[in-house]
Amino acid sequence: MDIFLQQVINGLTLGSVYAIVALGYTMVYGIIQLINFAHGEVVMIGAMVAFTVITVLAGGGMPPLVVVLIGTACAVPVCVLVGYSMERLAYRPLRRAPRLAPLITAIGVSIILQHLAMLVWSRNVLAFPQIIRTEIYELAGAAITNVQIAILAICMLMMLGLALLVYRTRLGTAMRATAQNPQVAGLMGVDINRVIAATFVIGAALGAVAGVMVGTYYGVAQYTMGSLLGLKAFSAAVLGGIGNIPGAMVGGLLLGVVEALGAGYIGDFTDLCKVAGVSDWLTERCAADPHFILFGSNYQDVFAFVVLILVLVLRPSGLLGERVGERA
Amino acid sequence: MNRTPPVAVWAAVVLIAIVLILLPFALSQVGTTWVRIANFAMLYVLLALGLNIVVGFAGLLDLGYIAFYAVGAYAYALLASPHFGLHLPFWVILPVGAGIAALFGILLGAPTLKLRGDYLAIVTLGFGEIVRIFLNNLSRPLNITNGPQGIARIDPLRLGGLDFSTYETYAGVLVSGPMKYYWFLLLVAVAIIVLNVRLQNSRIGRAWEAIREDEIAARAMGINTRNVKLLAFAMGATFGGVAGGMFSAIQGFVSPESFVLVESIMVISMVVLGGMGNIWGVVLGAVLLSFVPEILRWTVEPVQHALFGRALVEPEVIRMLIFGLALVLVMLFRPAGLLPSAVRKRELAERAE
Amino acid sequence: MSTLLEANGIAKRFGGVQALTKVSFTIGKGEIYGLIGPNGAGKTTLFNVLTGIYAPDEGSFVFDGAPFTGLKPHEVAGGGIARTFQNIRLFANLSVLENVMIGRHVRTRAGVIGAILRNKRTVAEERDIEKRALGLLDFVGIRARANDQAGSLPYGDQRRLEIARALATEPKLLALDEPAAGMNASETLGLRRLLEEIRQDGTTILLIEHDMRLVMGVCDRVLVLDYGERIAEGLPAEVQRDPKVIEAYLGVAHAA
Ligand SMILES: Nc1ncnc2c1ncn2[C@@H]1O[C@H](COP(=O)(O)OP(=O)(O)O)[C@@H](O)[C@H]1O
Ligand SMILES: [Mg+2]
Repeated sequence: MDIFLQQVINGLTLGSVYAIVALGYTMVYGIIQLINFAHGEVVMIGAMVAFTVITVLAGGGMPPLVVVLIGTACAVPVCVLVGYSMERLAYRPLRRAPRLAPLITAIGVSIILQHLAMLVWSRNVLAFPQIIRTEIYELAGAAITNVQIAILAICMLMMLGLALLVYRTRLGTAMRATAQNPQVAGLMGVDINRVIAATFVIGAALGAVAGVMVGTYYGVAQYTMGSLLGLKAFSAAVLGGIGNIPGAMVGGLLLGVVEALGAGYIGDFTDLCKVAGVSDWLTERCAADPHFILFGSNYQDVFAFVVLILVLVLRPSGLLGERVGERA
Repeated sequence: MNRTPPVAVWAAVVLIAIVLILLPFALSQVGTTWVRIANFAMLYVLLALGLNIVVGFAGLLDLGYIAFYAVGAYAYALLASPHFGLHLPFWVILPVGAGIAALFGILLGAPTLKLRGDYLAIVTLGFGEIVRIFLNNLSRPLNITNGPQGIARIDPLRLGGLDFSTYETYAGVLVSGPMKYYWFLLLVAVAIIVLNVRLQNSRIGRAWEAIREDEIAARAMGINTRNVKLLAFAMGATFGGVAGGMFSAIQGFVSPESFVLVESIMVISMVVLGGMGNIWGVVLGAVLLSFVPEILRWTVEPVQHALFGRALVEPEVIRMLIFGLALVLVMLFRPAGLLPSAVRKRELAERAE
Repeated sequence: MSTLLEANGIAKRFGGVQALTKVSFTIGKGEIYGLIGPNGAGKTTLFNVLTGIYAPDEGSFVFDGAPFTGLKPHEVAGGGIARTFQNIRLFANLSVLENVMIGRHVRTRAGVIGAILRNKRTVAEERDIEKRALGLLDFVGIRARANDQAGSLPYGDQRRLEIARALATEPKLLALDEPAAGMNASETLGLRRLLEEIRQDGTTILLIEHDMRLVMGVCDRVLVLDYGERIAEGLPAEVQRDPKVIEAYLGVAHAA
């Protein structure tokens, strides 16, 4: 089996989900320069709602695909409502406040959403009913499942749809205008409040779908699942250049692949027994136990951040971010 | 600058000092737990003040601050526990721990100097996570941190002949270990507050604030922004490291779980909620956010019992819901914090030029 | 008259825009040297290159007899060039006095240890900083506002504060980017007096200004830029009559 290709496939699958979540961060940031800390929680709620719906319908004899679609169809409006309400109640009043104030409300909203979810869905890890039969296809020596194909396809479609929306519609033009300069956009007749609300709504809808995908892909959901996922997606957004929509897509995919490859290979690369000759102690040790792995795959979560830091140190505005020349 | 405070101010200061010194006796009437909570509140004061240097003074948003707390805590734990069989005295470990934390501060600061605010935020956040993941995993192949199990049986604080872990009776008054720690921490907290006030009103403090206000103008005024930012990171990290060392000593046990992202967020919330850049605001934020959740912890369940005859909802959930709501509401109504930092007025002596 | 600043063939390009093309000039000690040109001519860019915010693509500076190219902004300030900004950049949330005190940073030394211990030297230095800062506020005429928030000052006073802050660094050359912008006639007159006083104290001034009355009245010599190129230099009266200058201003329909 081709491990490299396998990891790339796995990485792209996860990375495309990161990308979708990252879009939610980056769009909001692009327009109001807010790190919407609670976005990860929106994704979590999407997964949770879908979990409930799928669990209820699972035994009903409906085709699995229809069940998942209904689950998604319920998750999206719930998340949209959550996204819209938080913008309305927690962020909009703070548009003119000092920069860190909305960040703290975002943290507050995130805590509230997590614990509301815990009230509703308990603190346990919830297992998604395995209604979709996993089919495995072979692809140049690696395996790819129907779920992976579906996730990749849906993510690509959503990104395409979003790109069309942003670059081809009136709303998209208004969004870009607001991102450039809210005052001027306002003067030109753009309803800024509507545009910002729309941005949150679109981000939340994407997040909902991402939540359903993560839930079905891993088969589990928990009220804390939004934190790390959100953090990585946000890293992906920053990696690509925050505020930049193509950047979020590239950043997400890249992060997913790096993470998968990193986890796949780090154990091999840091196995000191490969160079056992350098010291007697090591030779002895490796005779007893053929591996002396400094960093194993348990460091998987480090990669996202290490790559992020490296990229930002080399390119302080992210991969596709514009280089902001300091104008004096 | 050198005005002499009126008598009323002195009287108030003395009164507050007496209250603070006697507080543990009152708290231990309610339960020794409350003395411990007060001790943690003071650790948070130290942390929040350290972070305030970075975020409040210099305007560098650091979301991974807890990493320095972790570094200080583990430094103490490794140097004074059976884990490596080392039992160095406190006054050796403290500077070592603070120094290592400062080094980490520079390590984090150096590559990130060029980053704009929000990029810096996410990088520091990543840095915090990296430190935690390493603490969690550095138990194999060589056991350095003992992994998720953490390090236990850490030596308590010993200063001269005074052992901070034991009960004692002085002149018929029972003095518990936590109470001793309380006074020690109070002393440290007061020292750190004085230090912060002095720093803020100094050439360096002004340079930090200049960078926060306008980095380009600061440079044009001859401020070496690179060095001054690194200094802010190093100072902030040092405070974090010192707090971490004391955390280890008080707790007797450390594990990576104490240094999760939520803790960083907690400390930044204290700073922003209290009033970034305002030392007294930050102290207030730290004290409030330490006590409010605890008070909620101890009241939510009895209140439910009184109202419904049983606990309908886990107290922890309600506690966190109220906490989250409080963060949102305070920011909505006081976006610059409870005690916003005001323009510092100086007593201007008319001098003959 | 000895030379203070010499610019040799300074060029700077932003993407497709050649903001400066081989600009050369010299400023003598004690001069008030004007820099004019239509909007977008490259005046501010020249300031930014001179003060180390950008590195020049080509060319070099010699300041006070020593090479002065490729320095970092804080080194420029330390070397004796202070500036103000076209779009005022004060430390808006700090007090007026603190703004000027920050200007003393580069001429003072106290570090963390001094700040914490408040030893004699630090206290004395701190007192000196405050005294000089107050003196400068007096000099520019806003001492009464010393304790106010810098951002709350009226526009004209903010410009004066920026000048006081720059003077606090004890510059040999004070570079002012449109200091009269937004001032009314009497404020501009006050500014003119201030500039003359600063010069009398021995500080050389490089002045970007659109207000031609001010430029013609106060400057000893004037350099004219257009599209990044030097098109004229000389006495104000000469420059004013230069057909190339007149064309540059009329050509862009700029009412100067
Ligand atoms: N940081 C920058 N990035 C890109 N172009 C710039 C930058 N700074 C200045 N420019 C361009 O350089 C030219 C000269 O600008 P400037 O020096 O500000 O003119 P002036 O001060 O004479 O009005 C303008 O075309 C301007 O758009
Ligand atoms: Mg200009």
